[in-house]
Formats: sequence, C-alpha cells, structure tokens
Amino acid sequence: MRSRRVLITGLSTYWGGRLAQALEQDPEIETVIGIDRRPPKLALERTEFVQVSDAHSLIRRIVDAAEIDTIVDTRLVVDSIVTSRTRAHENNVIGTMNVLAAAGGPSSPVRKLVFKSSARYYGSEQDDPAFFTEKMRRPHAPGTPIERDICEAEANVSDFRHKNPETTVTVLRFANALGPDLKTSWQSYLHLPVIPTILGFDPRVQFIHEDDMANCLEHAVKYDLDGTFNCAADGVLVLSEVVDLLGKTMVPVLPPWGTAPAAQALRRAGVPIQSEMLPSLRFGRALDNRRYKATGFVYQHTTRETVLRLREQQRLEPILRGAVGTSYRYESAVEEFLRFSPSVRQSNVRPAPLPPANSAPGERSEHEQLEAPAPAPSTTAYGSLPAREILTILPSLSHEDLRALREHEVHHAARATVLRGIDQLLGAPVTSAR
Amino acid sequence: MADTTRSTLRQETRESSRIDDDDRLAMVDNGRAGTGSASGRDVAEREPDLREYLAPIETERQVTDWGRSERVEGFFDKTLVDFYYNLWFRCEVEGIEHVPAEGGALLVSNHSGALPPDAPMIAKAIKEEHPQPRPLHLTVEHFFKGYPGLSMLIPKIGGVPAHPANVHRLLADEQQLVLVFPEGRKGTEKLYKDRYRLRRFGRGGFVEAAMRARAPIVPIALVGAEEAMPVFAQLGALQKLTGLIYFPITPTFPHFGLFGALGYLPAKFKIRFLPPVPTDDLGVEEPWEDQALVQTIAHDIRATIQDELLDMLGKRRSVWFG
Repeated sequence: MRSRRVLITGLSTYWGGRLAQALEQDPEIETVIGIDRRPPKLALERTEFVQVSDAHSLIRRIVDAAEIDTIVDTRLVVDSIVTSRTRAHENNVIGTMNVLAAAGGPSSPVRKLVFKSSARYYGSEQDDPAFFTEKMRRPHAPGTPIERDICEAEANVSDFRHKNPETTVTVLRFANALGPDLKTSWQSYLHLPVIPTILGFDPRVQFIHEDDMANCLEHAVKYDLDGTFNCAADGVLVLSEVVDLLGKTMVPVLPPWGTAPAAQALRRAGVPIQSEMLPSLRFGRALDNRRYKATGFVYQHTTRETVLRLREQQRLEPILRGAVGTSYRYESAVEEFLRFSPSVRQSNVRPAPLPPANSAPGERSEHEQLEAPAPAPSTTAYGSLPAREILTILPSLSHEDLRALREHEVHHAARATVLRGIDQLLGAPVTSAR
Repeated sequence: MADTTRSTLRQETRESSRIDDDDRLAMVDNGRAGTGSASGRDVAEREPDLREYLAPIETERQVTDWGRSERVEGFFDKTLVDFYYNLWFRCEVEGIEHVPAEGGALLVSNHSGALPPDAPMIAKAIKEEHPQPRPLHLTVEHFFKGYPGLSMLIPKIGGVPAHPANVHRLLADEQQLVLVFPEGRKGTEKLYKDRYRLRRFGRGGFVEAAMRARAPIVPIALVGAEEAMPVFAQLGALQKLTGLIYFPITPTFPHFGLFGALGYLPAKFKIRFLPPVPTDDLGVEEPWEDQALVQTIAHDIRATIQDELLDMLGKRRSVWFG
C-alpha cells in the first residue's frame, strides 16, 4: 500500500519533526498532519499541526475527518529526562491506547501503523543474550516505570495487530540515539567532562545516529514492513572504547555493590545518571539489526561513527555556545519569506535532495536507485492553497513552472480564476516582447 | 545453597537460578517458541538467511562486537597462557586435524578445576598446533557477567556468556569455533575423589545448538586439569558471604588469597581432539525436534569422551610427567 495521507503523533519530538520534513519532500504524499502537546521545533513547510492533550483522546476525529491512511506513532517517551513520570505514563499508556483506538476498527481508514518503540523493551540483565533479536522477549519483568510503560504499550500494539489483520503494523525498536539535536540521558551522560562508570564493569553499548533514526521511520512509511524490527547502528562498542573515542577519561566512581544509592548521591550533586541507565552501565545491551537491513535499509553511520560525530559536536559546543545543531540554520522570518514571497522562485529555494541509500525490500542493490526527484516545482503544495493565494504567487514563477501548474490545475481543481491568471501571465511576456 | 545466594545477590526471584550452561542451551527452543505473540503474522515461517547482513569489520577497532579485545587477549596469550601452556603444564596435543579449518564447529570437552585451566589451554592448543589457527570462543557462566572485574576481563579474552542465542549466532552466522562444557558447573564443583568421572551432560542442549547450526561436534578429552587444581571441599557458607560462584578449598585457595586461584600444580596436560560428529546428515529435516535423537547423540558423545579419558589415564605413568 502506498501511504498518501499521513498522521504523525509526537510531531514536536526530534524524530517526529524530521520525519515530517522528509515526508514533505515526497510528492506522492498528499497530506502530512502532525499532533503533539507542544508546537513543533523544526522548520516545516506543509505539515499541518494540531495541538492535543497528553492522552491524545480526540485523535479518532482527526483520523476520520482527514481520511488518514497511515499513522506514524513517534510519541512514546522512552527517556525519563524528557518529562515527569506521571506525564510519561499518561502519554505512553493512555496515549497509545487512544492512538490504537483511532487506528483500529472496521470503519477506520487507517491501513498502516508505524510504532516507534525502544530497545529498552529488552531491558539489560545479567543473563541476556549478546545480541537481542526481534523474537526475543525480555527475560525478567521490567523494573523501572519507563520500561513498564514501554512493555505495556508494546503489548497493546501486539494486541492491535491480532485484532486488525488487515492493517500493516511496523514496530521499530530503537537503540539509544545520539546526535547534535537530541536531548537524551545518554547524550547528557557522555557530555560530562569525565565519565563516571561502575567499578569493574565495561558494558557493551550500541547507538544509532539521529539521521539514521529519521531515515528508519521514513523507510517504514515508504514500504510495507509488517512486523517488529530492531534499529541500531552496525557495530557494538565497549564503554571504555566510547570514552576513548570521545577523548575523555573513565572514572569508576560507582561501586559495584550499592550502585543505586551512590548514583542517587551523584544525581543530587548534579551528575545526570538516570536510574534506568544503571543496568545498561553494568551489563550493556546490543541488538541484532540485520532484519531491518534485510528490508533494504542502509545505515549511514556505524556506532563508532556516531560516537565520532558526537565528539565533533562536543568540540564545537564551546564555540557555538548553546546554538546547537541545526537551529542556527533556521530563522522563521527567512523561512516565511522563502515560502510566501512573490519574489522568490520556488525552484531555487531548496537544494536538490540526495538520492536515498535505502532500497525497497527485496532489491538488494544499493545503487540502482530511483532517480532523485528533479528540483522541479512540487505542484502538490499549491493544490491545497486557496485561489487567491495562488494568484499572488503566480508572477514570481518561471514559464515552465506556470505551464506545469496549469497542467496540474486542469487535472485537479480546475479553478477558472487560477487558470485565467496563468493564461494571462503566459500570454503577457509574449505581448510585451512584441 | 548456591542457588539462594545467587538469587538474593541479583534481587530477582526467578523460579530457578540454578541453570547451568547446558540447561541454557536446552532453552534454545523456548526462545524460538516465544515468537508467537511478537510476530505471529510473519509470512516467512522459515528464517531468512541474514548472514550477508552481518556488520562488516571496522579495521580501526581493536575490540570486536562481542567485546573481545585483540590487545588484552594478545597480552595474556604472550605471558600467562604461554607460560602455563609451554612450561607449566607442558601441553601435549593429539588429533588437532579433527578441528575443521573453516566453518562453524562446536568443541565439547570435559571440565574440571575450580578456576578451570582447560578452556584457555584448548584455545592455545588450536592457536599453536593448528595449521590454520583460529580464534576459539569460550562459553562461560552468566555469573561472570555480573561479577566486577571478571565481567570486564572475560569477554576481552574471548569468553562469551553461555546463551543458546550466542552459541547459535557464533556457529551458524559467524562460522566460528565455540567451546562448551556440557557438564557446566557440575564439572568444576566436583571434588578430587570424583576426578575424571563425567557428570551429566545437561539436557543435550549443546547437541541441539549444533544441529540447528548444522555444525559438527568435536569431542575433546583432556587429562591433567583435575590434578592441576584438586578441589578438596566446597564451603557453602563462605560462598554465600563472598557472592562467588562457589568457594572451593584447593591446595592454594583460599589461604593465598585470590592469586591462589591461579596457583595450579604442574600436572602434565594431554589434550586429545576426537573425530568430529557431523550433525547435518541425520536424514531428518529438523533433527533438534527429535528429543530421543538429541539425547542419544549427547549420550554417545559423553561415552566417547569418558572412554577416551579412561584410555589416556590407563596409559599415563605419572601425573606430573605424563
């Protein structure tokens, strides 16, 4: 099934925003609607934003009204530094329930559900396998509230899968993400000038780069991937290796016994070590990422490269002083100008996107790619605009664009005012040339 | 009593924490059976071959994805292991040609000694004597992953927690050599008076693991390790107190402290690799489903090793000089 009308929950999370940006570039996708409790932080072109409450109770109405065929659920809180415990629970458990309720049932237009989960689902224990595959379940009951939430949400999703066999359900379990725009517990832990560790332990860790994370979600929207998949970069490092790559020093200040109270004392002193990180600092965790790679997905960064990127970012930080990541590339006034000013030629605004490295499931070759969409005008954006606004934009367009737009207008809305406006403009230069 | 301590240490109330290496291997099936809820609708019942999707090796790294470190392993290999192999135990190796030069293979050996010297000696034997030296992955108890210090060291020198999924990945996907001790803890706990009498071979889980991976099983008989570190008694109370896996009384432990655990007596080691037992020509599509067959093969292998041990012991003139 080809997704055309997409609803993204958790638009204001980093990956939700990134996914929306990616989907906007795809001319096949008619509508992108994003919901969250706070306004999005990333620059979005044609995504419509709707503000909702924690519990996401009114999604069904949005889904029905907009005839959504694909829901991408990126809303799950998997990190306790993001929000308070009660809000996280409300969002993770009640929110998931409501999203699933909106997606399910015989009358629902939804045909695909992409659910972002976390590798925290597997936990981190002494008798874990060295690589978790998708078919494994966690060997012990979850210990922290966040992990309990994740397990409960996943249980609900798997329930949903059984009750709605017609719907494609993709569950993506992400490893800990690192990247310049993220705020996660691992990120702030690795930002410390020296890295506190548990004495006598050197756990195996695996990360995923934020770009890969957004690409993973996009890949799941583009292709029908039914099932559960692990998403983690290639390569598993040991913590000492990570610290080495970052050019920092390990300080084994946490005792092997009585770690939790010691970590709490450190937390009091302002060192960001979340309690749910302690098992992974002791035993570590690694995922078997091969099944998602087998669907044609190609990771851009290995775990090692992800850590090296983090190091570059940490070096830049004192120079940029807080203006982290892409935020300095975005100024809303400039963006507004580029989007709406009649003086702007839309074909010049955005550089041509790079061809994607991922391929459809089944075709292995990485280079036989679809041609990158030409930087031609994306006519779909105009279709949703009222005629009055289109008329104001028309003078800024080149001749080819106008012809393409006319073509589009004839086949779709065929608004007489718009057609007349285009015809006038197409005629005008010719007369003036005479 | 070992059980209770381990569970209180972990503060985890599992139905039984007394699961040794081999019982874990037997659980491979449970792991697979757990597919139902997660991906019940997966069309492909048969696992696709994911071998080509294994992560490529990053040459800049010195540590593998399993946490094995070339540097640390090399250091130990050049110093301690080399000393014990060549000078202290004066290892003598027979039948090294039975270890395949390529492809996965499961090595199965008898097990003894409180801090067993047999595993590193077998690994060293393959490195020294084999025409194509290959790294050997040693399966170790999960206990070591939870004990500070050891959890850092053991993976670096080639130890892998004895989990069925780990063994399968190494054998089938990565085509490596894996060494298991089906006797598990029952082997290393046994006292000196029971020397060279093989314990139960778990539940035959190692045979299942080899069958699933279609890897041959290479039995190994090893003489000398029982005398290198004889265990005279096991102290339950001290084991509880220290949280160690067991607390043996040996000639040097505990009165020489933790270093006493390395104080082996200079017994003569003889390692005999026996002809491999293939597991891919049994004429059955999924031989691991046939418990009777699995048990028969496990029993055969145990009997082979036991016979071989008795043969070697019968010919041995001296414990110290061979």
